[in-house]
Amino acid sequence: MRTHTFIVNGERVHVKIEADVRLLWVLRDVLGINGPKYGCGINVCKACTSHINGKAFNPCSVRVGDIKGGDEITTIEGLPDTVGEDLHPMQKAWLERDVAQCGYCQPGQIMAAVAKVRQARDEGHEISDADIDEIRNICRCGTYARIREAIKDGAEKM
Amino acid sequence: MEHRGSSEEPSSENAPQEPARNVGRRRFLGYLVAAPTLAVAAHLGQSTTAPRAADAVIPSPPEQSEIYDLNDLLTLAARPTSNLIAVVINSDGTASFDMPRAESGQGITTMAAMLIAEELELPLDKINVTLADARPELLFNQFTAASNTAISMYEPIRTAAAIARERLLGAAAVQLGVTVDRLTVRAGVVYAPDGRAVAYGELTARAASQRTTEVEATLKDPSEFTVIGTPRNRIDALAAITGRKTFAMDRAVPDALPTMICRPPTIKGTPRSVANADQVRQMPGVTHVVQIATGIAVRAKTFGQCIDAVNALDVTWNPGTVDSESDDTVLATLREAEADFSLLHTGEVVEGDFVFHFRNNAALEPNTAVTDVRADRAEIWAPLQAPILCQEQVAEQLGLPLDAVTVHVEQAGGAFGRRMFNDVVLEATEASRKMGQPVKLMWHRTDECRQGRMHPMCTSRVRASVSGGNVLTFEQLHTSVATDYTQGFGEIISAKVGTVPSMGMANEEGYAKPVFNATVNVPYHFGSVSHGLEEIYTYDTFPTGSVRNLVNPDVRTAQELIVDQIADKMGKDPYEFRREFVDDDRVRAVLDKAAQEGEWGRDMAPGTAQAITVHKEYKGATACLVEIDCRDETVNRDVRNAVTGPRVTKVVMAVDAGLAINPRGLQAQMQGGIMDGIAQALTSSLHLRDGVLLEGSWDDYFYTRHWNAPFETRVIVMPPTTGEPGGAGELGVPSAMAAVACAYARATGTVPTSFPINHDTLSFTPKPTVPPLPPSPTNGLKFAY
Repeated sequence: MRTHTFIVNGERVHVKIEADVRLLWVLRDVLGINGPKYGCGINVCKACTSHINGKAFNPCSVRVGDIKGGDEITTIEGLPDTVGEDLHPMQKAWLERDVAQCGYCQPGQIMAAVAKVRQARDEGHEISDADIDEIRNICRCGTYARIREAIKDGAEKM
Repeated sequence: MEHRGSSEEPSSENAPQEPARNVGRRRFLGYLVAAPTLAVAAHLGQSTTAPRAADAVIPSPPEQSEIYDLNDLLTLAARPTSNLIAVVINSDGTASFDMPRAESGQGITTMAAMLIAEELELPLDKINVTLADARPELLFNQFTAASNTAISMYEPIRTAAAIARERLLGAAAVQLGVTVDRLTVRAGVVYAPDGRAVAYGELTARAASQRTTEVEATLKDPSEFTVIGTPRNRIDALAAITGRKTFAMDRAVPDALPTMICRPPTIKGTPRSVANADQVRQMPGVTHVVQIATGIAVRAKTFGQCIDAVNALDVTWNPGTVDSESDDTVLATLREAEADFSLLHTGEVVEGDFVFHFRNNAALEPNTAVTDVRADRAEIWAPLQAPILCQEQVAEQLGLPLDAVTVHVEQAGGAFGRRMFNDVVLEATEASRKMGQPVKLMWHRTDECRQGRMHPMCTSRVRASVSGGNVLTFEQLHTSVATDYTQGFGEIISAKVGTVPSMGMANEEGYAKPVFNATVNVPYHFGSVSHGLEEIYTYDTFPTGSVRNLVNPDVRTAQELIVDQIADKMGKDPYEFRREFVDDDRVRAVLDKAAQEGEWGRDMAPGTAQAITVHKEYKGATACLVEIDCRDETVNRDVRNAVTGPRVTKVVMAVDAGLAINPRGLQAQMQGGIMDGIAQALTSSLHLRDGVLLEGSWDDYFYTRHWNAPFETRVIVMPPTTGEPGGAGELGVPSAMAAVACAYARATGTVPTSFPINHDTLSFTPKPTVPPLPPSPTNGLKFAY
């Protein structure tokens, strides 16, 4: 068992645990970072969506041993700091549209939305319905209509 | 409990009533509770509404659900227990309310805060609504189901808040030396005419009562509402979008380590023996392995290590309850149980026969319970719709007195009926007792799919007869796998069913049939109307329950498909036909609104179509206009590891909830109902093969996803009609599911007879049942974007 070190929400962490434990459990069960949620454990529901070096990923499907010392993990808790505000523009859009219901999937939805907007821009266009159709995050309350609106609002402020 | 026109009994010895609020108003009874700061309580309970009148076309007599619906039952069940809910004014100027209901996304904490804000004249952000621990003295009054919360809480919460306001004004009058009628209140501060002010927080000790006494209050007239009926955002929205909202899974109870269960390969199997428990105990992170009633419980440092340990266990299993059953055997049994039509269907007959498959009711947050069992007590943290029953069950399980078991109700990450069942708590309690340690027990997603609760498979047959521009008869025979009502519903119904008019049966038939008759109606003047239910198996053969509504999504889908066929036979437009035959003005109003706002009748391309349907239930009404695209290029569009199929491109729903306390929250609930309706009509079901449910996660249980969600979803909230709130949580599903089915029929020219429509094609490779859990992948970085 070795000590793994990487950066989470701007802070360097050291975790002594088996290398094959998936990062989600290191975040939740070891570090007590509860924003990323468990919903399937097989990279399907996307409730744990977080960022690694600015890209969306699912820590339920990445071994902690595969995270490098220089990797920066951002969970919903660290998203506002990435823009130096109390809230990221996407979170503000979520509030304005009153998107959340139970709220369980929403940290993952927001993290996915931010990455999807960036991805579209990297490809040279603004986010469209077709891009939103590619987001795989499940919302069992069925807030998809407001998510769709909020992503477009949030993108304008990003 | 309620008095009309009474003018005596000022609420405070110091404070005469404000005349403007007092004349000719209903008076409500509450209690000042002895406490150091002001605490005001009120009974739960509310009035019933009268049946509607019939008109025009051949009238159908009122059906039981119209006179006496399920909510009346639940409200009645609540009444004799006469227990209290309390609003407390804190010295920091905030108000607190400990709500004996489960918040699971439906917005009832926000609704409660709005009711308090209205009567107390305190800003929403100064009102803290928490979820009450199990309070056994509430008996039936702490049960969250049947979209009943708004209906049963509307008057009691306002009564408590109104009394609090009157009492605070009385205290302010004394402190400021001004009579109450000259005081004004703004945002929790009381002002004298000369501008002097005193805040609620400074008044609460003076306003407190040293003894518990009865007092009366006058509630605001609806014309004075400034909060009720206005769109408000959820009070927990900020917590939700920052990751700070806490669920049971996030609850940090010392030593409550992650725990999971190795479950049998077939439904309701049981463990016989474990060959390698000692070996598994040596695995990394694992602390305990014990056998419990439903499987083998594993406790470890992380859930990931639980998953590995569960999959490493070598267990011999006893068979389950339905090892020889599959979709086709269940359907055959249903067919054998189907009753014969009993009405005399003269004239031209229109009929249909529909099959609805099993579907899962799991929320996104899996079943989770944190349990700390000690020799003389136990403490539970879990999202629960029936916490008192949970407390009773745990006490019985552990042989402890009821008051030695504390049950904390957590915010739920969705419920949909699943959290009426306390199985996860009983498992956690057994595991904690046997391990001698606290546990945080969580179901794996695959457990939720394969050993969870499901909406029962059923058939629904409809036969109607038509003659001379009228519908003479409409008969529906529903045949279903038994629904388990024993958890909560059963308790209430069994307690009340014997006293309800025309429902004087009490026995095995006393659960499902009364609920069916109390919820089902045909909202049209179709002459002689009849419907009935037959069930197969016993309540616990299959693990069943409701899935965001009971029978109506299926029942109403079958009906509306036939309604479209009747309209077609008469050569009438589906909207105009419904307009003519609906039996309720509120239904007609929402129908008109949806048709108008949804541009009913606009030109649609071949392979696409509109449909429009209605529904009434929970003291409300909805109409849903759907546009669907069934063109090949849409149906066959490619999304990795996904079903695509027909796409609902636009939905316009009009909803009349009587009085929408929070129109924004009501819209959200309807939107959710629409997404469920789409899923149930098109994509989401369970496949049963030899006692195994083939679905094992969200990649094969096809709930609506972004790529199947409409591009446009509009919900129009009608202005208040009855002035009393109706239910919302389940109200939106039936008309949405029916409209999607009808639109599919109109777009393709083929009336679907089996739901969801993709059920007959298995579009995935089932995950293995041994080992029971799919291992977590390791290639997640490959998909980063």
